[in-house]
Amino acid sequence: MRLVRFDRVQRAVHWASAGIFAVLVLTGLPLYFPAVERIVGRHVLIATIHVWAGIAWPVPVVVSLVGPWGARMRRDVRRFNRWTRGELEWLWRLGAADLEKGKFNPGQKLNAVFVGGAIAVFLATGVVMEWFGAFPVSWRTGATFVHEVLAYLIVAVVIGHVLVALTHRDALRSMVRGWVTVNWAQRHAPRWAREELRAERTEASGAPVPRGAGSIDD
Amino acid sequence: MGRRVFFGMVALGAAGVVFGSTVQSRVGRALGPGLADVLPGGNLFQIYSVSDTFPAISQHAYRLSVSGLVERPATFTFADLEAMPQVRLVRTFQCVTGWRVPDVHWEGVRLSHLLETVGLRPGSVALAFDSYDRVDTESLTLEQAHLSDVIVATRMLGGPITTEHGGPVRLYVAPMFGYKSLKWLSAIRVVDAVEPGYWEQYGYPVNGWLEGSTSTTLAPGSA
Repeated sequence: MRLVRFDRVQRAVHWASAGIFAVLVLTGLPLYFPAVERIVGRHVLIATIHVWAGIAWPVPVVVSLVGPWGARMRRDVRRFNRWTRGELEWLWRLGAADLEKGKFNPGQKLNAVFVGGAIAVFLATGVVMEWFGAFPVSWRTGATFVHEVLAYLIVAVVIGHVLVALTHRDALRSMVRGWVTVNWAQRHAPRWAREELRAERTEASGAPVPRGAGSIDD
Repeated sequence: MGRRVFFGMVALGAAGVVFGSTVQSRVGRALGPGLADVLPGGNLFQIYSVSDTFPAISQHAYRLSVSGLVERPATFTFADLEAMPQVRLVRTFQCVTGWRVPDVHWEGVRLSHLLETVGLRPGSVALAFDSYDRVDTESLTLEQAHLSDVIVATRMLGGPITTEHGGPVRLYVAPMFGYKSLKWLSAIRVVDAVEPGYWEQYGYPVNGWLEGSTSTTLAPGSA
């Protein structure tokens, strides 16, 4: 038996954002490393691609959140925002604590929030660097500094994200095909599995579903 | 909680924009050379190449042509430039987009000396500079060109100018943002009107004065 973990909209958002991130990294390399610039050249073209990819970066997330197609997306974003004491403890001990996990484990939640925050900061500092005329020089220097430090951080985080995904094939498949087995859910996201199964039973029994019930597991 | 992390990052980013230049110069000083070459905040040059690749020219093959509205058009070799009176400058290199490198050492010949050597003809108003990369161009008014800290540089960072920094010979316009200091200088043409350069066609100011620049010959903005 299968449960939908990510619907079509969420998967499209994930892979569109990932694709744009790849473009940003590839065009960012020559802009930052002289050895790569030496090979690639064409500074203005590369910088233009980088800037427009950066502007496009938040678009999939924002579009997915605002429309009627974004119900699951919005629900998961609310999940990223809610943390129990147990989850904080689990994160603090780097996973060495008992926790009945919801749909996302605390590491996944932190990853999602970090990437969201990073996109906002990259966008703001990138605007200062590109449309510099409106800002004092010391701000441009600061923006460049923040942009570079954060670039190192996010590349490290994404490398970790990809490595974990490659060693957790069921989770990876849910971002490709959308579903996980109930068995997987009960093992890795028991609180969410219970929630989903209860919602299904309620629907199947034909009983009216109370407003809000079953929409959130944590 | 998630919201707090998100807005915490945004606040930290904003603080970094406002105070980052101070933090960066301290980090850069603390790291010193070596590590600083790859880590952010390490005061490193960002290298721009606007053409396909870096033009590689040896000192031996290098030629600088000076032409246009001049009495005696000339072509100078690297040795010719080195035989002229040299000046030394130590300044912060500041890019208009924000990155900067403090205490960069420069040596070369004053542009004003070169102009005296060839002699200006009546009607000359500005200079147009060309690069061996065949793409980049720059401009200066004659007044700007006569500032004492505008040089044709033959040495940088205590040695010959490397190819990636625009060697063997580049322009260094100390009182202005980095893009005015054209790399791989190939030709100087004396012309009767300012011809906006490569970056200026992308919206950079033609008169790219650094904020608070203190040039010794002329006050900024008088040109």
